[in-house]
Parts: sequence; structure tokens; C-alpha cells
Amino acid sequence: MNLLPYTIYVSFAGAALSLVAGMRSAAAARAVALLAAVSAWAVALTAAFRFTPSSEVLTLIDLPWISRLGIHYHLAVDGISLTLIVLTGLAATAGVLFSWNIEKRTGEFFAFYLALIGGVYGVFLSADAFLFFVFYEIAIVPKYFLIAIWGSTNREYGAMKLALYSFAGSALVLAGLLWIYASGHASGFSLSQLASAAATLGHPSQVALFALLFTGFAILAGMFPFHTWAPTGHVAAPTGASMLLAGVVMKLGAYGCLRVAMPLLPGGLEFWQPVIAGLALIGILYAGLVALVQDDFKFVIGYSSVSHMGFVLLGLAVAEPTAVAGAVLQMFSHGVIAGLLFAVVGRMVYERTHTRQLDELRKLPLHRLLPFAAVVFVIAGLASMGMPGFSGFPAELTLLVGVWKVSKIWALLAALGVLIAAAFTLRVIQVSFFGKVEPVDLNRLERVEDNTLHLHPYAPITWPEKAGTFLLLAATILIGLKPDILLNWIVPSLQSPLMKVLWHGGAQ
Amino acid sequence: MNTSYAQLAQALQPEIILIDGAVLVLAIDLIFGRRRTLATRLGTSLAVGALTLVAALVASLLTGALGPVYDNGLVLDTLAVAVRSGVLVLGLITLGVAAGAKLPRHPAEYTAIILFAITGFTLMAAANHLLIGFAALELASLSLYVLAGFDKDSPKSAEAALKYFLLGAMATAFLLFGFSLIYGLTGQLNLSDIAAVLSTQGGLSPLLGLALMMVLVAFGFKAAAAPFHLWAPDAYEGAPTPSAALIASASKLAGFTLFLRILWPGLGHLSGDISHAGNPAGWLTIVALLSLASLLLGNLAALAQTNLRRLLAYSAIAHTGVMLLGVMSAQISGVGPLFFYLSTYAVATAGAFGVIAVLERNGGCERITDLAGLGKRSPLLAGCLAIFILSLAGIPPLAGFFGKFAIFAASLQINGVSSPAGWLTMLAIALSAVALYYYLIVLKQALVAPPAPDRATPIRVPLATTLTLLICAELIVLFGLVPSLLLDLF
Repeated sequence: MNLLPYTIYVSFAGAALSLVAGMRSAAAARAVALLAAVSAWAVALTAAFRFTPSSEVLTLIDLPWISRLGIHYHLAVDGISLTLIVLTGLAATAGVLFSWNIEKRTGEFFAFYLALIGGVYGVFLSADAFLFFVFYEIAIVPKYFLIAIWGSTNREYGAMKLALYSFAGSALVLAGLLWIYASGHASGFSLSQLASAAATLGHPSQVALFALLFTGFAILAGMFPFHTWAPTGHVAAPTGASMLLAGVVMKLGAYGCLRVAMPLLPGGLEFWQPVIAGLALIGILYAGLVALVQDDFKFVIGYSSVSHMGFVLLGLAVAEPTAVAGAVLQMFSHGVIAGLLFAVVGRMVYERTHTRQLDELRKLPLHRLLPFAAVVFVIAGLASMGMPGFSGFPAELTLLVGVWKVSKIWALLAALGVLIAAAFTLRVIQVSFFGKVEPVDLNRLERVEDNTLHLHPYAPITWPEKAGTFLLLAATILIGLKPDILLNWIVPSLQSPLMKVLWHGGAQ
Repeated sequence: MNTSYAQLAQALQPEIILIDGAVLVLAIDLIFGRRRTLATRLGTSLAVGALTLVAALVASLLTGALGPVYDNGLVLDTLAVAVRSGVLVLGLITLGVAAGAKLPRHPAEYTAIILFAITGFTLMAAANHLLIGFAALELASLSLYVLAGFDKDSPKSAEAALKYFLLGAMATAFLLFGFSLIYGLTGQLNLSDIAAVLSTQGGLSPLLGLALMMVLVAFGFKAAAAPFHLWAPDAYEGAPTPSAALIASASKLAGFTLFLRILWPGLGHLSGDISHAGNPAGWLTIVALLSLASLLLGNLAALAQTNLRRLLAYSAIAHTGVMLLGVMSAQISGVGPLFFYLSTYAVATAGAFGVIAVLERNGGCERITDLAGLGKRSPLLAGCLAIFILSLAGIPPLAGFFGKFAIFAASLQINGVSSPAGWLTMLAIALSAVALYYYLIVLKQALVAPPAPDRATPIRVPLATTLTLLICAELIVLFGLVPSLLLDLF
């Protein structure tokens, strides 16, 4: 169990090593990156097997770091963070596999990639708000370079927008944390110390602080109207980075809301609950409708991410144990499914057809040219729609049941979002993979590859792609069939001393 | 008067070594340098200069915190020792930068004047007396004016020196006027005595207010705080790169220390109170206004820069805004956060100028776009630049982040967010998101953009500069990971 901190160290060491290895050969960098990602994931899985669910937060390491400010290097884990750590390992490993074809500056790519992963592990393991914030910011800069150097469409704009949004969000968080620390005369930055400091503040301060902290985190979670970085960022990013962005980075924001903003300021949550729920619902519906009319395949997936993260935010906002458990499950589920969708669109389709425009894809018989991609996308699309048997179903169901207990109207509106998700997913499946077959644009087919096989003008799907697909599909089906694996971790953790304040209707 | 000259000589060992070293540099060059190449002469001068600085550093650390010296004219407390050592280390960095920069025409004179400037800085670190402080400041400033104009072939260097000199001289006049008013009103020159007299007088008389104004105007000039910043972009742009590095780093550290001593221990009774809007005004109010102006102007003007050095100058102005916050909160939280911020900022900036210096010798580095392809041309330079710039931007786990964090935590202690200091802190945090934009623009050129066709050759970095840059980068990472190393000094 105590090995979990090594997920962080292994990732950062892997980043440094792949930078060095990349100076020799791209293959070495890839091998190092895969090794680092897999070992970190293996550590996470080992920890998960030995994990006994409890309402306690299990401290892994707690050393004084900056004694003057009462800051500790304090790593801890509970069921919620464990769920997300396992997700991070999975998404990271799959992302490395789907980045196997990066030839340009390979070593640097994986260095930034693993540095980002290390930061993400760090956030999920931090029990000290300062440490949390440090890791949270460490995760920002690599994203910029991943997109700006290796991205596609409008990459520099997308990268800068994403970096500035993230940094603006973290500035709000920093302001909020410092405010609590100073005004509440906290003796340190541990979450419990900050919580008791925040409790001494007046209600108006709590309300304002909650707005600061929650908005700061929710920017990264893609909350409407701060979601606009997400589609442009996801679209511009290289496949591996899109998978991480949608798969785990957006979860950082949601996790911050759940772990920091909500337990520290339950009074603020009570005040803002209708607003957040409203924004989350607008996000679900609006992003879903926007996804319905996109011309770019990747934008569809980008907006669908925003829509799905709306569910997470709604589940958090209602502050009801079932809904929150559903929200955490949805974080996991969306991380896996969005990774899969981005992998198909970005890696399997775009890197072979060199287009993501739906009206161009419509002219290609992709289900015959890339049958593997078509099958995977259909399965992932079904999972994304919330079909039973895949992880999206138990997640959204649990979430909606929880929301229903609090407000039937919200639950109904959110259910409408599920319908819209089905609509845009089916549309994109239909248009991109099962378009008109007859008028095949032969010129295009010939241009793409020098492969002489008529039926397979594109490079065949490679083994890393298949391996990555298999991992993600297995995860979504496993959790779809047996969601209790994760729910058994998550539910007891919601009764931890810090979280408990949420279920008693807020302010002391 | 309990003036002990023996103690004074002991306390001033570093300064004595520095002056001797400067003379030695000149002598060696005069005797042996006649027929050597410029590069050899520079190498010799820098080596002797570096040895001098190391000797002075050792002397300063061995002397340690003696406490009040020479009838309280100098105070060798922890802060003085820390700043002295910091300034000497920054001097070493400057010499390392000079090793990689374009050759100056008179290397020995250049090195000697750098040593004189550093002598001024070390004295500023310990001065507890208006006249000693003034003399030290002038020794440093006059050396810096010469250093700024040292490149006689470059009209920009001349412009930089002239602007720096004229505005600096005016600031000096203000400062001296302020000091004489203070002397006239209190009858004392020693900061401790001034504080004692002020505590009995109480209240802010109009003349004292005028004196405060004058001192703060001078402070604003020396620290490059808006609206007294006008010399900074030109000086940073035109001065030879090592000079610019010294002006941006050691000069800031020493200057802030001197004014911190004048303001808190000396004029602390006139600080006023900014824990609530509408409380009695004092110099804190003015410092808060300077901080506000610097934060806004520095960050917003930096957005529009295309010249790398001007960008660094405006970023320096923005950082001055945060440092002024640190000055305001030094009474409550101690000088630790401010010292941490100043020293790590100085190392990062000096390092960034080191990268610029090497680039200038290899094809020029005027515009930000001249950095294009740096990652390919020299991974070392690009990596170091990334660390310096990200530290300036305040990205953890680099030292710049923790500096900001510590100062913000301290300035919020004044009275939470309901005091003007709290508002300023919130503004500074918000503006740090703005600042990330221009820092990323720099890094985008260095790491993302491909090299320009005419400048695609790999860059060879001299060994001394390589070492200097690596040490700077390591210091930034080290102090970021273990801030207590510096913070627990105080």
C-alpha cells in the first residue's frame, strides 16, 4: 500500500529518462515511457487489490516540508482518490500506446507527457492543500507544450487558451486558499486545518470563497460558461494528450471541487447549489446540442466531454451521497470512454485519412476501410450513450438516482441530456463510419497511402493501437458489469470526517 | 562613542577583499595584459575577479552576524549576512555571464568596476546610517552607470547609460534632500537614533511627510517601481548584457535591503496603517500605491513587448510590485519572504540574461523571435531558459512560485482580504495569470518554434557560462523544492 507515492516518482523519473533516451532513439524513449506508465499503473493496481474500503483517509507519507508555514508533504489515499489513480494509470498507459507513432522529438514528447501524469498522480494523492496546488500547477505547463509542439488544427491558439484558462483557474484557487489561510488564521495547509479555519469565517466570506475555489476548479472540469478551452484544446492536442486531457485532466478540476472546495466551505455550497446545478445542466444540454451540429469529428467528441462532465458537476452540486458516488464513477467512466473515442478519432481515423471533416469522412466507406476502428467506435459510442453493460450506464444511473432525490426537475433535464448524447453519438457514427459508400473518392484513397491493396488503402491498425483499445474496452465493460468494484471503494470514503459535513446540509 | 576600529576592520573584511581584488585585476592586466588577446585578458580578469568574490564570500560567512558595528553605523545581522552573501553569489553569476557575452573593450576595467559595484551592494546590505547608506548606494550606482555605458560602439548602450545616469542622479538628489530633511527634523543620522526620536515626536508633520515623499521617490527610481520605472526598459535593452544582469539582480537585492532598513527600523513610526481603508496614512500608503502601479503597468506593458530585454524589464517592474508587497508585510512576517523572493528572482533574472548573452555572441538576441529553435540549437540553453522563465512566471516547483506564495501569505496577514494590502494581493494573484501569457510567448519561441534558416547552427557555450547557468538553474530548483533552506535563516 505504501508504494502508492511511487506512482508520482516513477512518472517524473520516467519523464527525465525518456528525455535522455530520446536523444539516442525514438524507440528507446517509447520503451521508457511505456515502462514508466505501466509500472506506475501496476503500483496503483497493486495498491487497489490490497485496499480495504473504509471511511478513513489512509496516510501514506507525512513529512514536514515548509515548517514556517505549516506545510507538510502529506500524501494520502481513500476510495475516491484510488479510483482516479487507477484511472490515471489506465489512461496514461493507453495514451502512451496511442502515441506510439510520434516521430518528431519523441523523447521530449514523452517527457512532457509523463511529467503531466506525475502531476496528476500527485494531485490525487495530496492531502495538503499546498501540495495539492503545487501538483495541480505542475500539470499545466506540460499540457501547453504537448499541444503547441505536437498538436494539429490551430494548435498554438488552442494550447495558449488551455494554459491560460487553467492558470486563471488555479490563480482563483490560490487566492481562495490563501484567503482561508490568512483570514482564518490557519496553522497549516492541511485540508482539515483549512476546513476548521474556514469554519471560523462569516457566511458572506464563505460564500465568496466558495465561488472563488469552485470556479477555479470547475474551469478545468469544463463547467459552462468556462468550458470553451476544452473543445479547442482537445481538438488541437495530439491523440495521447487529448486522451489525457479528457481522461484525467478534466477530472483534476472535478476532484478539486469535491476534495477541496466543497468540504472546506459547505456553507458556500449550500448557497451556490442552484447556480452550479443550473450551470451544469446548461453545460449538459448546450454542449450536447452543440455537439450535434459540429462539422469536425473531434469537436463532436470535445463537446461530448463537456456534456459528460456536466453530469459530474451536477452530481457534485446536489451534495447527496448517491449522486456524488455516481459522479466519481462517472469521472472514471468518462475518463475511459473519452479516451477511447479520442483514440479512434485522433489516432485511428485522422492519422490515416488526414481529415476530420464529417462531410469528407461521409464520402469514405470507413467501415470497410477501417473495420477495427468502426467496431471500436460503435462500442465506445454505445458506452458513451450510457448503454447497459458499459461503465457509463451504472455511473449515470447512480448519479441520476441521487439527483432525483434532491430535485426531480434537475434529474429529468439531465436525462434529456442522455437522449441528446444518444443523438449526437448515433449521428457521428452514421456519418463518419457508415456514410454513402457508392461515390468513393478514389483520388483521395490513392493519395493517402502507397498501399496497393484496394480494400485496405490505409495502414493497418498497429499492435499498440489494438493493445490500448483492448485495455480501455476491458475497463469500461468490467466496470459496466461490476460497478461495485469501484462503488465499494467510493461509498465508504464519502463518510470520511472531511466529507461528512456535506451530507448534513452545510454550514455548522 | 564606542567606535572600535578593530571590529570595523573585521566587519569590513569582504569589502576590503573586494577593493583589493579590483585593484589586483587592474594591476595584473596592466602588467601582463599588454600583448595578449582580448579573450585571454578577459579570462584572466574574470578569473581573478571570481577568486576575489569567493574570498569575500568566505570572509563574509566567517565574519557572520556580528550585530551592530562601528557605533551602530553598520548592522551585521542575519539579513545583512544573507544579503551580502547573496550579492556576492550574484556577482559570481554576473562574471559567469560576462564570460559568455560579447567581449568588452577593456576587460580588466569592466571586471574591476563590477567589483566596485558589488562593494557598494555589500555595504548597502549592512548600512544602518543615512550617510553610510547614501555613500554605499552612490558607489554602487555610479559603478552601474559606467557599466551600462561600457559598450562604446553601441549607441543604445550610450543611451541606456545616459538615461540611467540622469534619472538616477535626479533620484539621488531627491534622496539626499529627503535625508537632510530627516536629519534636520530629528537631529540624527543613525537609523536607530532616528527611530528613537520619532517615537517620542509622534505623528507625521508636514515636513516629515515631505521627507518621506522624497525618500520614497528615490526608492521608486532605484527599484524601478512605476511610475518611476522609465529608465528600466532602456537600461535593460541597451546596457551590455552582464551589466544588465547585475542591474536586474544584485542591485535589486541590495537596494531593497537598504530601503527596507530605512523604512521599517528607521521610519517605522511613520508607516501609517493600511489594515483598513481610511486608517491614518503613512509611507505604507505610498508604497501600496507604487506596488499597485507597478503590478498593473509591468504586467500589462509586458504583453506588448517584442524585444526580449524590454520584456524582462517590464516583468521586472511587475515583480517590483510584488516585492513592495513584501516590504509592506515585512513588519508582520519578518524579512524571510521578501529575501526569498528577491534572491530567487535575482538568480532567475541573471540566469535569463546569461542565456541572452550567449545568444548575442551567436547571432544576436534582440527580438523574442530570435529565440526560435533554441531547443534545437542548444538544449542546455533552452532548458535553463525554461527553468528561469517558469520560475519568473511562478510555476511550482520552482523557487519563483514559492517566493510569490510566501509574500502573498505574508501580505494577507496584514488584515486578510479586507485591507488594501489584501486587495493588492488578490490583484497580484490575478495578474500572475496575465503574466503567464508573455512568459509562455518567450518559451514558445524557444521550445516550439523551428529555428530561423539563417540561424540554425548549434550554439557553443563557454564552460564558465555553462557552469554558471547550470548552477543558477539548480539553485532555482533547489530553493523551490526546499524553500526552508532560505526561509529558516531568519
